[in-house]
Amino acid sequence: METANIITLAGVRLIIPELTMVCMGLILLLLDLVVKKKGVIAAVGIAGALVALYGTFKLFGIGGPQTAFANMFVLDGYANFFKLIFYLNIILTVCISLKYMAIEKASFGEYYALLFFSTAGMMIMASAADLIILYLGLELMALSTYILAGLMRKQPRSNEAALKYFFLGAFSSAFLLYGISLTYGLTGTTNLKEIASALQALNISGSPTVFIGLIFLIVAFGFKIALVPFHMWAPDVYEGAPTSITAFMSVGPKAAGFAVLGRVLFDAFGSMQVQWNSILVPLAVITMAAGSILALAQSNIKRMLAYSSIAHAGYMLLGVIAGTPGGLTSTVNYLMIYMLMNIGAFAVIIMLRREGFQGENLEDYMGLAKGHPLASALMLIFMFSLTGIPPTAGFIGKFYVFMEAINSGYTHLAIIAVLFSVVSAFFYLRVVMYMYMKDPKEDVVLTTSCSMNLALAFTAVMVLVIGIFPSLLLDIVRVSILG
Amino acid sequence: MENIILNQLNYPVLTCTVFLPVAGALLLLFLRGDSLIRFTTLLVTLATFVISLPLLTDFDKTTYKMQFVEKHEWIPSWGINYFIGIDGISILFIFLTTLLSILCVLVSWKAIENKAKEFHIALLTLEAGMLGVFVALDFFLFYIFWEAMLIPMFLLIGVWGGPQRVYAAIKFFLYTLVGSVLMLVGIVVLYFTGGNTLDILALSALQYPLKLQFWLFLAFFAAFAVKVPMFPFHTWLPDAHTEAPTAGSVILAGVLLKMGAYGFLRFSIPMFPDATRLFVKPVFILSVIGIIYGALVCLAQKDLKRLIAYSSVSHMGFVTLGIFALNIQGVEGGILQMVNHGIITGALFLMIGIIYERTHTREIAAYGGFATLVPWYAGLFIILTFASIGLPGTNGFIGEFLILFGAFKAQKLYGVLAATGVILGAGYMLWLYQKIFWERPGPDYGPSGRHPVRDLGLREVVTLAPLIALIFWIGFYPEVFLGYMHSSVERLLQDFNLSAYAESQNLMAQLREIF
Repeated sequence: METANIITLAGVRLIIPELTMVCMGLILLLLDLVVKKKGVIAAVGIAGALVALYGTFKLFGIGGPQTAFANMFVLDGYANFFKLIFYLNIILTVCISLKYMAIEKASFGEYYALLFFSTAGMMIMASAADLIILYLGLELMALSTYILAGLMRKQPRSNEAALKYFFLGAFSSAFLLYGISLTYGLTGTTNLKEIASALQALNISGSPTVFIGLIFLIVAFGFKIALVPFHMWAPDVYEGAPTSITAFMSVGPKAAGFAVLGRVLFDAFGSMQVQWNSILVPLAVITMAAGSILALAQSNIKRMLAYSSIAHAGYMLLGVIAGTPGGLTSTVNYLMIYMLMNIGAFAVIIMLRREGFQGENLEDYMGLAKGHPLASALMLIFMFSLTGIPPTAGFIGKFYVFMEAINSGYTHLAIIAVLFSVVSAFFYLRVVMYMYMKDPKEDVVLTTSCSMNLALAFTAVMVLVIGIFPSLLLDIVRVSILG
Repeated sequence: MENIILNQLNYPVLTCTVFLPVAGALLLLFLRGDSLIRFTTLLVTLATFVISLPLLTDFDKTTYKMQFVEKHEWIPSWGINYFIGIDGISILFIFLTTLLSILCVLVSWKAIENKAKEFHIALLTLEAGMLGVFVALDFFLFYIFWEAMLIPMFLLIGVWGGPQRVYAAIKFFLYTLVGSVLMLVGIVVLYFTGGNTLDILALSALQYPLKLQFWLFLAFFAAFAVKVPMFPFHTWLPDAHTEAPTAGSVILAGVLLKMGAYGFLRFSIPMFPDATRLFVKPVFILSVIGIIYGALVCLAQKDLKRLIAYSSVSHMGFVTLGIFALNIQGVEGGILQMVNHGIITGALFLMIGIIYERTHTREIAAYGGFATLVPWYAGLFIILTFASIGLPGTNGFIGEFLILFGAFKAQKLYGVLAATGVILGAGYMLWLYQKIFWERPGPDYGPSGRHPVRDLGLREVVTLAPLIALIFWIGFYPEVFLGYMHSSVERLLQDFNLSAYAESQNLMAQLREIF
């Protein structure tokens, strides 16, 4: 095929949002040289993300899946919905970062640029219809996040986080490449749809070598999603990275990982569902178990939420395991809800950080409700939502996932999942318990800012509104993915 | 639908009843000043009670159908509706809930000084949650209320409770949650079996294979047995009751415990009749153990509240015994006894709260001779004691009599065993009365003592009066209350007896089919 045929105007049109994000990243880099006020950079960044969001919204209107660049790039409701998650993720992250990064003395202009590059990578992953593009997006996302994790250069644990994340990330990339090459070697293509037809045509769905290739891919994605036993990096990185980046990472790369996992499994290896479930089912069980149980032992709240995010990955996996479009929809729905409640929770954590006070230990939350009833009430909402207690969005997310799992006959898995969610209730409740049922040790001063309040208000309201009127979200996600 | 009657009144009476407390809670967010908050909450609970009264007056007692029904689309993509209504089984609980909520505000007037705003917000949302559970006719709605209620209750115990409150709160929450999530799985299974609907009435009208019924019964049993609580799932109760503030104990005893038994009546028996038949024996055994064990443990208590908490285990054993007797006397007795227990035990916790405010101790040994110190209090307490024992003329007698009657009809042996619980009940209650009110008065609480106790004040008498009145009203003329449930209970048993599938087979054949 000739280059001229591959890059068409119609194709470029489809990647306008990605282009906008990359350009925004570059603009912010340059802007940083002339503008000293970080607030301006952040505002420009948010504006850029909104422009990209508008682009996605426009493209959403054209209907039906569109492909570009010789079927390497696909734009469908699935990709668009993921992009919506990524936009909200980056906007909320910017909102909660502004004052925090100044306190951490890591308020570099690159911070915002890297957030945009990383998000662009995630968006490319969501739209990847080809393993090569997928790899490209994944690396763009991952490399940017490694740097972000280590942005607090003076702090050893931030350095450790970055280094650990980088090494394990590189390790997982190797798995990914190995998986891609095995798959390519057997099917002769890297295009997901063509892999599916090749598996059919060559009748090699049962071949162990194909299976090994698939396992490598799952392992690589498992790293990004933080499935047990590929989760080793998560607690250290979550703890060491700047809290705003922890919030960003706990959602973005995880969602992107699920985007490609779903796409690859459903589009390319749809005929091998029995095989991939033989891997995913045990992975889901140990992920839920390890995440919930290990979180019980944490006294650092960032670390606790790291394990909680591992456990949540296990719940989300149930939708993929269900193996139906509905199941995938439930996972995506869960991711959206998880984004809202998790960033909300991290926003409260960030508020506790002030000059000379980390505010990361559970004990720092003692008696918070006395001095700061509103912040405590918000944290309470997020904690109950993460537990999955109605009427919060967290319940809707879990209910949908369990529903799809049971519909596909995985009732036993749903029972395991609900039981581990009871285990997880304990450590979420502990935060509530510290805030409401203990006396304060010292006065806690909260660091607030306008953008932070905005982010908190948005996430809390969304968590409650989706919890009470789930249709508002369900209709969008169902239309996006089920058509 | 032929088994519902759309709301007879020209305004959404049930929605108003359920959500007025929520509106009140939202209003409280913007108010300042403790007394303003107390008055507002009192007003809101009174208003809720008043607007729920038309339910009692306009209720059509001649039909088993769901009444005052409201149905609106809610989550169309899952086929879930906002579907609420009440029948003869649920109506009395609405009344009980709205009534007890008022009393809870009154009893907390002086007792809650710390974080009064949050307390009253929790109280109001709790009221809404409880009302919601009794009116919901869609499983999804039901589950939301059922679980959402845990949050305010958790806070009530954990924030305003006694010394061991945190432990008790978390234990309560986790215990209940385990049961609830298993029920959730059961609900989802029903959703797919019943053709993508969570309409409780539609799901009740279907017949399920025995094997499915068996497992679903167990899943629901997990939720309801913990809530009731049936022996051996009761261990959260003594802690929660003991540590909760008075209002929390009243609500726990008065309403929360009833939800488990209500669940059996609303879901387990109509939906899984064949499995219910299989489980009658085990439930009987657990009930009788609960009755006797609960009563015996009462005799060994040193803590006032703990004693009443264990007496709840015993009394709720009677309730489940009556319900699973599956005859009209048993079931009606069970429902009435739930209301009675709500009234009597609610009142007993109020009484304990009142005396605790004065003495600041719950240790039974610290009391003695109070009959001379607080004669009015002692007088009211003896009424409650007699009601709890089930003396004729009080509501306790009617409930227990009907239950024992039903149990004798069903299984003589269990009737006999349960009847011993009545004797033991008299034993511990009279023992308690003797310890507190007779014997030698302690030096501390006399008029010249270190903590002179005063008798009941006006607010306290007003708080207790409606409950005392109800005790005698039901005791002398129970038909006023039983009348509400006749049609619904008859219909419930009629449907149950129609599904005679299992009776044609012996036990072994049934077990073979299940496993």
